[in-house]
Parts: sequence; C-alpha cells; structure tokens
Amino acid sequence: MSQSIDISLAEVAAALALVAIAAAVSLWRRVELESDLGVAVLRSFLQLTAVGYVIQAIFDSESLWLVAGLLTVMVGVGTWTARSRARKVPRATLPIAVGLGVAAAATVGLVVALGIFDPKARYLVPVGGMVIGNAMTAAAVALNRLADEVESQARMIEATLALGATAAQATSGLATRSLRSGMIPVIDQTKTTGIVAFPGAMVGMLLAGAEPVDAVRLQLVLLWVLMGSVALSAVIATSLGYRGFFTEAHQLRD
Amino acid sequence: MFELDGVTAKRGDRGVLRDVCVEIDGGATAIVGPSGAGKSTLLRLLNRLADPTAGVVRFRGRDVRQLDVLTLRRDAVLVPQVPAPLPGSVAANVEYGPSLCDRSAPPVERCLELAGLDADYAPRDAARLSVGEQQRVMLARALALEPAALLLDEPTAALDEATRTGVELTLVELHATLGVAIVIVTHDRSQAARLTTRTIELRDGRLSG
Repeated sequence: MSQSIDISLAEVAAALALVAIAAAVSLWRRVELESDLGVAVLRSFLQLTAVGYVIQAIFDSESLWLVAGLLTVMVGVGTWTARSRARKVPRATLPIAVGLGVAAAATVGLVVALGIFDPKARYLVPVGGMVIGNAMTAAAVALNRLADEVESQARMIEATLALGATAAQATSGLATRSLRSGMIPVIDQTKTTGIVAFPGAMVGMLLAGAEPVDAVRLQLVLLWVLMGSVALSAVIATSLGYRGFFTEAHQLRD
Repeated sequence: MFELDGVTAKRGDRGVLRDVCVEIDGGATAIVGPSGAGKSTLLRLLNRLADPTAGVVRFRGRDVRQLDVLTLRRDAVLVPQVPAPLPGSVAANVEYGPSLCDRSAPPVERCLELAGLDADYAPRDAARLSVGEQQRVMLARALALEPAALLLDEPTAALDEATRTGVELTLVELHATLGVAIVIVTHDRSQAARLTTRTIELRDGRLSG
C-alpha cells in the first residue's frame, strides 16, 4: 500500500520560488500585480492553515453535527460570493442559497445512502466542499446568463406578457439557455478529464501516494457527483431566480 | 371601457403621468402628444404591464388590480410598437396566446385574414418577414385572443408609407367588422383623425386641451 505524503514547512516555503517568478514577470512587464500576488500568498497561507485546523478538529471529533455546521457555513459564504457575481439579478440571495443548500444536502446524502462513502467527517467535508464550490459557480454563471437574456430580450418578454403569459412562461426559453450555461462547464470538464488536465482530487491522491487506479475511481465518483450537484444548483437558482425580474402582477421591473 | 382616476405614474425615478383623469369608451380612441408625454405609459397601465404610483385604473368599472391580471391582458391586448415575433412560424405565433389559456381560438387563417395576410403566411418563419408583415402578425396574434380592446402602441411607426396605409385600413376594418375597441398611441395627428373618433392629448404627463 502507498505511504502518505509528508511536507515540511520548509518545503512549503520553497514553493515560494515559483511565486517569485510570477512577481518577476509582473515587475518586468509592469503588470503591477506584485501586491496582489503578496496578498494572495498571505491569504492562501492563513486561510488554508485555519481551515486545516478546523477540519482537523472536526475529523478528531467525528461529529456529523459539526460537519453539517461547516457545510452550512460554506453554503453561506458560497451564497454571498455567487450573489456578488450575479449583481444584475434582483433578489438573488434566496434562490442561490436554496440552490446551494439543496445541491449540498442531496448529493452528500445520496453518496452516503448509495454506500459510496461512509458517513464520516473525513469523507463528507471534502466532498461537500467540492460540491458547494462547483454549485456556487454554476448558480452564478446561470443567473448571470439569465440577467443578460432578460436584458436583451426585454421587448419579447413584455410582448408575451401582453398576451397573458405568466412570468414563468415568458422566460421559459431564457431559463433553459441559462441552465445550459451553468451546466456546460462541468460537463466539458468531465469530457476532457485526463486528456487536457488532471483533476485536483486525482492529483492530490497521486501526490499522497495512492495507487493510480484508486485515484481514478475516486475522481470518477467526484466528477459524476459534481454533474448532479451542478444541475441541481443551476436549475433551482434559475427556477427561483427569474422571479426577481418581475412583480407579483407579472410585470417586468424597470 | 377604461377609466383613469387621478393617475400618477413613474418610469424608474422619472414622473411620467400626473393626476390624469379620463374615460376611454369602446370606440376608437387616439392618445396623441409629443415624445415623452406619457402616451405609452398610459397604454401600459390599461392592461397592467405597469401600475400607477397613485390613482386608480378601471376596466369595465372595476379596479384593474382586483381583476385577474392574465385575463385582463387577454381581454385588452397590447400590440407593441416594434414587432417582437416569437421564434417559429407565423402560425405558432398566432396560436401562442390561446395556447396559454383555455380559450377557444379562431382558426389561424381567419386571424391572418383579419390582419390582412394570406393563409400562405401560416407556415413561414416569422423572423424572416418584413417589418410590415411582422406587424400584421402581431395584430393576428392579438386577434387570436378575441379581445374586447386592442391597445396599439405606435403600430405604424416602423413602417413605410404604403405599408402604413395598408395597416391603417386593416385597423379601420377591424373596428368596423369586429366591434373591438381600439386605443392607439400615435404622435401623428392626421393618423389619429383617420383612425379614430376621439383624441386624448397628453403633454408633460398631463391631459392637454
């Protein structure tokens, strides 16, 4: 069996040599990203170190309540982040929160119910985090596309409302296109996996010393889980999110 | 048929209508005035595509906010200034309104005929028609709902003179043969005189004259 990877702080610090290259490029071509690079390095160190201790504490406690609490916080932060990306969508917070929450609960619940992972913090925290991160991106992409569609198709939407269409009927085609936008990235990622790029979980397992076959199998599970969670998140966000563009009387807001 | 009682309306933060009180009967009525006078906004209030910030709009004696908004819009159908055909055939466009509700629809060919188009148009792609033909499809689409009132927002603004005359003749015939009430927004006083028996003039959001 494989041996687990052990990286010292000195080895982590050695990787800063690559950051130095990025800073040198920034200085040389006057991109003026040196301070951003510094902030990114510092924040990544602090955030990941803090999260590492939190996760370690949760792993040690083996409390599923703590797992649920951590995932809830992740859904909250994911909602806030997606909301800031989908600024043009009125009242988008609740649709995003519901989308992320349902995607996380349903996919984590299913992988446990199907016996793919044991209900342990060691499995549920990383799977949940991956699901929420991708669900967040899908919801934001789908809602942004919906906002663009509503803006560009406002004349058509109002013309159909004028014939007695509900807001849902007037936006059904737009919502479908928005949903496609939210789902396509993870589908494309799954299509090209292993050819264009190695996905993160597989890379992590290989670096940690796992057998390639085991790494591949785990990666397949995660990719397929992500397809389901991304679809759930995007469909819920768009199905609820379109309402923000309309009043209760099926009027397009100014 | 319609009654506006002390109606004030805004678009965004801009006041568009101010304390308008007017009745619109079941005949043919024109709303005229310069650009920005509030004509289109008034039309949109009649079938609740927008709501006033103050005052009451009534349809057949009832506050429109107490009516089912979808039924109201099928009874008082608004035809937009610029044609907005749905993707698909002319027939699909004409059938769209009735498909949303339980209303029995007249045959597509009949609606096209009323709007001045041959039945041959039914299978054609609506997006590939000329603007004048699309405007007639918009009329046919509205007529498929057999409305009590047609609300027309500058329906000939995008048309050349010959096409405009044809659409005007169609509107006159529609009012005469179907008895449908017509409320038409136009900046063209001579068109108002040709098409309607009553003119309401707006200026800076208020009734004028």
